[in-house]
Amino acid sequence: EAGPGSLSRCLAYLTSFPSPSVWQDQAEQLFKSGHTNNWAVLVCTSRFWFNYRHVANTLSVYRSVKRLGIPDSHIVLMLADDMACNPRNPKPATVFSHKNMELNVYGDDVEVDYRSYEVTVENFLRVLTGRVPPSAPRSKRLLSDDRSNVLIYMTGHGGNGFLKFQDSEEITNVELADAFEQMWQKRRYHEMLFIIDTCQGASMYERFYSPNVMALASSQVGEDSLSHQPDLAIGVHLMDRYTFYVLEFLEEIHPASQANMNDLFQVCPKSLCVSTPGHRTDLFQRNPQNVLITDFFGSVRKVELTTETVSLKPDLSSMGYRYLYLTLFLNNWVASGE
Amino acid sequence: MAEGRMLGERARVERPRLERGDRERNQALPALILDPEKIRGKHAALCFATMAVMLGLPLWWKTTETYRAALPYSQISELDSLLLRLRVPVSVVFVQGSLPIVDQQKLPFTIVNERDIPLKCKMRLKSRFQQAYRMAGSSEENALKKDTVQEAEAALPLPKEDSLGSLNIFVIPEKSSLLPQDKMSYIGPKRTAFVRGAHGRQALTVIGQKILQVAQAMSLTEEVLASALGDRLPEDKLNLDKRRPLKSSLGYEITFSLLNPDPKSHEVHWDIEGAVENYVQPFMSLLSAIGNFSMDSQVLYYAMLGVTPRFDAATSSYTLAAHSLPHVINPVEARLGSRAASLYPVINFLLYVPERAHSPLYIQDKDGARVTTNAFHSPRWGGIMVYNVDPSAYNTTRYPVKVNVDMVPVMEVFLSQMRLLFGVPHPQMPENFLLGSPPSEGLRYWELDRLVWARAVENLATVITTLTSLAELLDKIGNIVIKDDVASEVYRAMDAFQEAALELSAGNLEVAFRASREAVTSSEKAFFDPSLLHLLYFPDDQKFAIYIPLFLPMAVPIFLSMIKIIVENQKARKDMEKVD
Repeated sequence: EAGPGSLSRCLAYLTSFPSPSVWQDQAEQLFKSGHTNNWAVLVCTSRFWFNYRHVANTLSVYRSVKRLGIPDSHIVLMLADDMACNPRNPKPATVFSHKNMELNVYGDDVEVDYRSYEVTVENFLRVLTGRVPPSAPRSKRLLSDDRSNVLIYMTGHGGNGFLKFQDSEEITNVELADAFEQMWQKRRYHEMLFIIDTCQGASMYERFYSPNVMALASSQVGEDSLSHQPDLAIGVHLMDRYTFYVLEFLEEIHPASQANMNDLFQVCPKSLCVSTPGHRTDLFQRNPQNVLITDFFGSVRKVELTTETVSLKPDLSSMGYRYLYLTLFLNNWVASGE
Repeated sequence: MAEGRMLGERARVERPRLERGDRERNQALPALILDPEKIRGKHAALCFATMAVMLGLPLWWKTTETYRAALPYSQISELDSLLLRLRVPVSVVFVQGSLPIVDQQKLPFTIVNERDIPLKCKMRLKSRFQQAYRMAGSSEENALKKDTVQEAEAALPLPKEDSLGSLNIFVIPEKSSLLPQDKMSYIGPKRTAFVRGAHGRQALTVIGQKILQVAQAMSLTEEVLASALGDRLPEDKLNLDKRRPLKSSLGYEITFSLLNPDPKSHEVHWDIEGAVENYVQPFMSLLSAIGNFSMDSQVLYYAMLGVTPRFDAATSSYTLAAHSLPHVINPVEARLGSRAASLYPVINFLLYVPERAHSPLYIQDKDGARVTTNAFHSPRWGGIMVYNVDPSAYNTTRYPVKVNVDMVPVMEVFLSQMRLLFGVPHPQMPENFLLGSPPSEGLRYWELDRLVWARAVENLATVITTLTSLAELLDKIGNIVIKDDVASEVYRAMDAFQEAALELSAGNLEVAFRASREAVTSSEKAFFDPSLLHLLYFPDDQKFAIYIPLFLPMAVPIFLSMIKIIVENQKARKDMEKVD
């Protein structure tokens, strides 16, 4: 949709056309983030067919994050229920975000790390704090270090100060804040972006006290996050409003994009979302205007040109011997073959 | 007398009135006090209350207590303000004629030079250069009479103490021709260095300063330790670059990958096994002092880079600009894979043979000049090199073209990238220092020593933060169960830490490093123990919700009967007073 936001973005893009080297220097100065790798932890906490939209939310963020460069080995995807292969899905192996069925967010190569009943508060906290049992494979661990930017996205049903997991347990905002503090103590992240799309989502980030955490929520305390639209063929609501507009925003981002966090804060105003999205940046050290979207959603690596080499003495004797051996062998083989 | 009788009469008059009410009460009081049922009831209520308080309360407290093994909290809190002394044993050998006779007679003696390493962190570090001065023996004298520095170094006998972290400095006569005229010192590839002597009254002081300069260039400086303690220092834009080397870990996994996006045109062979054995293995055997290394290799077909190169008509070649390099790695990374069983960080080295349509491919830097190595690396990830096929190989009709990769230039680049990834930069020496060429392994021994110093200090700093945060966490959350093996790991970490600090101040770098690794392993095991997740947080209303249905029905009758007893006793006492 064309609006004042997109027009200003257009103008900004057009005016930013100086020579690549100038732009590169400017970018380096302003947007220098100290991270060297990116991780993402995407959690859907609801099960049952009528919570289709929560799975679609998580999968759309997964899709964006993969498209912008974070590999599967750096994504921990937790889905509490399987919608694509649910017997009630009239279009099996697909999860759609819009009733026009244009975008199948399930894709061809989705890798779910924690599925179904494995998505519990305990497992989630284990992933965050790193206290997984020794038998857990590499794909189920968050192996971030002090130079990792971590994106945490959670969706499901929530209330004032808690988020419901699997209809049987809850995680409170105090537990979440304590888990983040433990991550900070062990330097398991460089910067963290926390996005939550539930009812009264802002209550979940109220208690954070660890540095370098930026949080976004789809609704304030006392408000409900609403879903976008139902699809009559599938029979359920396909996505939540906030994540729907975030997905629309992210579809326009490419790995070299210079869009910053302030743009993400403008996504889904009250007129479209009905609820008021909120954000919290007081714990974050950098100015959100200097934080690129790709700092968290993509994986843009810091690169240095290699200008020096180590001088090696070629070991001619052994190499020559090997080559000789190989040719002798091949000659024999060819001779015997014919 | 009359008043007395009056009083008495009045009293007698009043007494009957008193007595009447009193009699009633006196009748009631015994009824109250003496009624056996009521007494038994009171005693029963009192018993219940006593049992509940004396027996029940402690029992409930004990059974709902979480088991917490004892931890050395006070010792852990002292770790923060620790003073670490790093001793570098330097042996200084004087050759005949390098020192005035007057000073020669003072030998042998030892000088200790201790200085603070100013870093803005709570841990205090002091470096201690312990220089043992002595005269040269006959074999050393003979060796140093050779013509060139290299020969002299080769002829020197092996020093007695060639352990990790130590240095051997030889002082040669001031006018000696071993070194070129303008050079003051020579720094060899192993732990040896040559310094020119001096003459005059202040000879020893001058030489002492030179020796300290050389020792610092080869050993501990502020930069070496700043990169180790990177994340504990306050964030500063200037030292952002210093925090790029790989973090200290018990081991590393190195993967060499050959990317062939165009198998229809190129049939690429690379003798990776031979190259690893000849060139990488010697380097790794040196580097194995800091960790366990495992190496594997793979060949990936149809693996494209994420960026389309631009055609440069002037040189009729394709170029990759520097600003597009950050996006090259991502599409490939998904296919690189890693060992499922190990949790060590992976270092990837990719060799990319460009497609025929995009050959030859060159990497350009910011100013548009070609990068001679045609390679780039990403901190904490690995390196990529582009290998261009010789265009004369295309003068054939038989496709695919056989390509034998020349591993020597490839390994030269990969080894230098490996050095940079581990934080061993190209040494920057002052003008009057002559730097010897590196040994065949590719890593100078004193560069390795610096790496080990940095890693040892980094390990100890990690142990401090881990143990302090663990202690804080366990203190704050009273509900966490602390099992015995968590406590024993904490004690083991503390012991290993003390040992490491002791060995560092004694100058035994190898033992200290091993102890620091043990300390890190134990502290990490304690911190990441899966059992430390139990009972994190119970909100107060949940606690009330559980306890009220259990205790309220029992507590209410006891409480009410206590009140009743107290009220009755008060009433009885008031009556008794009035009676008296």
